[in-house]
Amino acid sequence: MLKMTNIYKTFNPNTVNEKLVLRGLNVELKDGDFVTVIGGNGAGKSTMLNMIAGVHFPDQGSITLDGEDITGLPEHKRAKYLGRVFQDPMMGTAANMEIEENLALAYRRGQKRGLNWGITKEEKELYVEKLKMLDLGLETRLTAKVGLLSGGQRQALTLLMATLQQPKLLLLDEHTAALDPKTASKVLELSEQIIASYSLTALMVTHNMKNAIQYGNRLIMMYEGKIIYDVSGEEKKNLHVSDLLEKFEKASGGEFANDRMILS
Amino acid sequence: MNIVMAIFGAVSQGLTWAILALGVYLTFRILNFADMSCEGSFALGGSISAVLMVNFQWNPFLTLIVSTLAGAAAGAVTGFLHTRLKIPAILSGILTMIGLYSVNLRVMGQANTSLIGQNTLIMMIKGLLPEAKELGIKDSTLQTWVTMGVGLVFIFAVIMILYWFFGTEIGCCIRATGNNEAMVRAQGVNTDKMKILGLLFSNGLIGLSGALVTQSQGYADVSMGVGAIVIGLASIVIGEVLLLRVKNFAGKLIAIVVGSIIYRIIIAVVLQFGLATDDLKLFTAIVVALALSVPVLKSKKGMIRKEAR
Ligand SMILES: Nc1ncnc2c1ncn2[C@@H]1O[C@H](COP(=O)(O)OP(=O)(O)OP(=O)(O)O)[C@@H](O)[C@H]1O
Ligand SMILES: [Mg+2]
Repeated sequence: MLKMTNIYKTFNPNTVNEKLVLRGLNVELKDGDFVTVIGGNGAGKSTMLNMIAGVHFPDQGSITLDGEDITGLPEHKRAKYLGRVFQDPMMGTAANMEIEENLALAYRRGQKRGLNWGITKEEKELYVEKLKMLDLGLETRLTAKVGLLSGGQRQALTLLMATLQQPKLLLLDEHTAALDPKTASKVLELSEQIIASYSLTALMVTHNMKNAIQYGNRLIMMYEGKIIYDVSGEEKKNLHVSDLLEKFEKASGGEFANDRMILS
Repeated sequence: MNIVMAIFGAVSQGLTWAILALGVYLTFRILNFADMSCEGSFALGGSISAVLMVNFQWNPFLTLIVSTLAGAAAGAVTGFLHTRLKIPAILSGILTMIGLYSVNLRVMGQANTSLIGQNTLIMMIKGLLPEAKELGIKDSTLQTWVTMGVGLVFIFAVIMILYWFFGTEIGCCIRATGNNEAMVRAQGVNTDKMKILGLLFSNGLIGLSGALVTQSQGYADVSMGVGAIVIGLASIVIGEVLLLRVKNFAGKLIAIVVGSIIYRIIIAVVLQFGLATDDLKLFTAIVVALALSVPVLKSKKGMIRKEAR
């Protein structure tokens, strides 16, 4: 369904800050794939996701989604195909607006917006139903400002917003990294539950190798802007963290996996 | 002039300038965009209204429509400079403002246009009412009452429209854009369009306000917009400080109108106490700086209290 072919990306070309980030990246996802993505800091994971979302555009290469070439499509035009949750809990929601207003914005993803009222009565009932599923007590706080919520609540809400209109592809970029361990695992389980119930295709970046093995049906490891390891099915299920560390060390020529990768 | 009369005049002035403050609120608070072009679009609205009346004998009500549209166009220019040409927000506004200074001189062909002897909007409505003598009041008092009435009617209409518009799907997107652009784009909205629309709406209101002020003060001047953004901000922050608890959108808009009136009363009072007119702008700047720093000062105080414990 998603196909990225031979993608190259250099940030700040021809300056002292020039940085070649993606170097001939090739990715192909099948319908219903739930892929976890791991790799050291600066490997280009976020850049890959941002490229899919249209935040950045590739210097070379092409991206197609369900056969449609979206390489040059502006971010807001391809948003209808994508659900996104970011690392920073502040990124995914509008803090000064109410929970229901945030949901209403997300409910209209991919639709024309006009001069109709911003939220309808029927919608509010739907939101209550959906919020109940999060089991965070948000269903009674529909008109509370999102800025009052905790990081975990905001991430759960963002996840709900990302999937309120079923996306073709769900992009999760370290969406539990800023949360405490307990909240993180709750949000992760919620993610898995939502992905399973709508049979979504998803890409989930994580620094937690255990999670990367535990969740999803496929795992890819990135190093210096390329995929160096791609494993799925039974083989993935039987992986151990030590296997991944070994792979990483081999690829990086003996360089140790960074602290964040080992500790988490 | 006694102080009661001064305050009476201040209230009517506050009402005619309140729409400017509402316009500034749209950009400064809702869109999170410090838009300097308002200084130019305010004078543009005034100049156009005056010239259409004096040179083309237009009905004053019709001139208001043209002034509003012209202000909106000025806002669109700023939006274009910022979103399409990627010029920083402040600079985009300043460019439009400076450009409009020449435009306004061209429009009027001179630095100011007097409406003396013209049948201004205020005069027209006053003409429909009984003579001041019959009512047992001074002519100037009747004129002030009419100005207040006109101000109130327009403010009511503007608040209704704003309340409706910012509750619609597009209005919600504009509000969200001022809050978190990345999120709005992720929801499939073109944030550039939303910014242009917000600027267009804001400057349209400011053009209208300039025209109303011109109609009520009886002249337009190229420099009538100087300091307009600060006057708008003063009204906003005074309103916010006084009506802190108001959470409802309509309530917030009303608070700004109240802020605009109180600002004018403060000015009237300090002038009565002997402040020189030349020092007014400095005084306003200080008031705004103080009011804007209230949240910071408050949190500092809170911190000191915590530390003391
Ligand atoms: N907008 C940008 N401008 C310039 N450089 C950038 C930009 N975005 C990313 N980079 C650089 O590209 C490299 C890859 O960044 P990216 O965010 O994709 O890494 P990552 O794999 O997500 O790492 P992390 O695990 O730290 O999130 C980094 O060196 C980063 O500094
Ligand atoms: Mg990253």
